[in-house]
Formats: sequence, C-alpha cells, structure tokens
Amino acid sequence: MIVEILAWIAALVIVAAGIFGLLAGIGMLRLPDLFTRMHAASKGGLVGAGLTLVGIAIVAGESSIVLRAILGIVFLALTTPVSAHLLARAAIKAGYVPLNTDAIEKSDS
Amino acid sequence: MSGSEIIVWACWVALGCISLGLLLAIIRLILGPTLPDRILALDLITTLGIGFIVLVAILTGYYLYVDIAIALGLVGFLSTVALARYVLKRAEARR
Repeated sequence: MIVEILAWIAALVIVAAGIFGLLAGIGMLRLPDLFTRMHAASKGGLVGAGLTLVGIAIVAGESSIVLRAILGIVFLALTTPVSAHLLARAAIKAGYVPLNTDAIEKSDS
Repeated sequence: MSGSEIIVWACWVALGCISLGLLLAIIRLILGPTLPDRILALDLITTLGIGFIVLVAILTGYYLYVDIAIALGLVGFLSTVALARYVLKRAEARR
C-alpha cells in the first residue's frame, strides 16, 4: 500500500518535471528579449531538473541515491541563479539594453 | 495499474516533454539574435540534459547515471561563466 502511494507520488513529480521542462522551452522561444527569457531558462530549467532528482530519490529509496539527489539539487539551486546573474550582468555591461515595453505599446496604438 | 508500471509511463511522458523543450531551446540557439541569447539557450540545454539523464537512470535502473548528471551540471555552470566572461571581454575590446 505504502509502496503504491510512493509510486504515484513519484509519477506525479516526474510528470511535473517534464511539464516544467516543456514550459522552459516554450518561454525560451516565445518571450521577447534576453532578460525575460532568462526567467524561463533559469527558473523553469532549475525546477524541471530538480524535480527529476526528487523523483529518483523517491523511486530508489536507498540512502546513497537520496544523498546524491539532495547534493545535485543543492548544487543546481546554487549554480543556476549565479550563472543567470553573471550572464545578465555581462550583457548589461556589454551594452545589450532591455526591451522597453512602453515603446512597444506606443508603436502598436 | 501497478506501481512500477505508472512510473515507467510517467518517465516516458516526461521524456517526451523534455525532448520538446530541448527542441525549442535548439530553435532559439539557431535563431537567437544576439550572442547572450545563444549562451542562455546552451545553459538551458545543459540543465534540461541533466533532467533527461536522470529520467533515463530511472527507466533503466542504472542509478550511477545520477553522478554523470551532477558532473554535467558542473561543466555547464563553468561553461556559462566562461562564456559570460567572454561576452564582457569582447565588449571591452570593441570599445
């Protein structure tokens, strides 16, 4: 009984991870400029990869795998925001300006 | 439906979704108007690659793949940092 419930929870987490990965890809393609795409790439990618690691921790249930999954999640949660911030800082300093949404609304009307 | 069967189903659904996400990121990598856009697409590809490898580990039962996924995360982080530094240096050299 407990094993069945754990399997259903793991399946739910794994499907959620897939959906987050798909949303990250859609955001990457559809959002208008670099600094908005960064939201989709860093947040969606982090949650997508992190939830698969949660899923393998539930499925395996061994202490060594659970430890490695926690290590992977902590590592991802530390490095993904840092790399996104470094890239945004480099892009701003290199002269890539964020898109001004007010200008778009004015040109549309 | 038994427990292991539902996990296999969930893994295939998630693999399909992540593959589609990877495809969209590759389209952005090809289209991407500027260099930082392409670097961001590469970063997303490595992050989704981690998820892909972990799903393959669940499907095949070779849990050793988790170590490979963590190593891929390390390499992806270092490559993004190096490419961001390159964007900065290139802009400074152009000035």
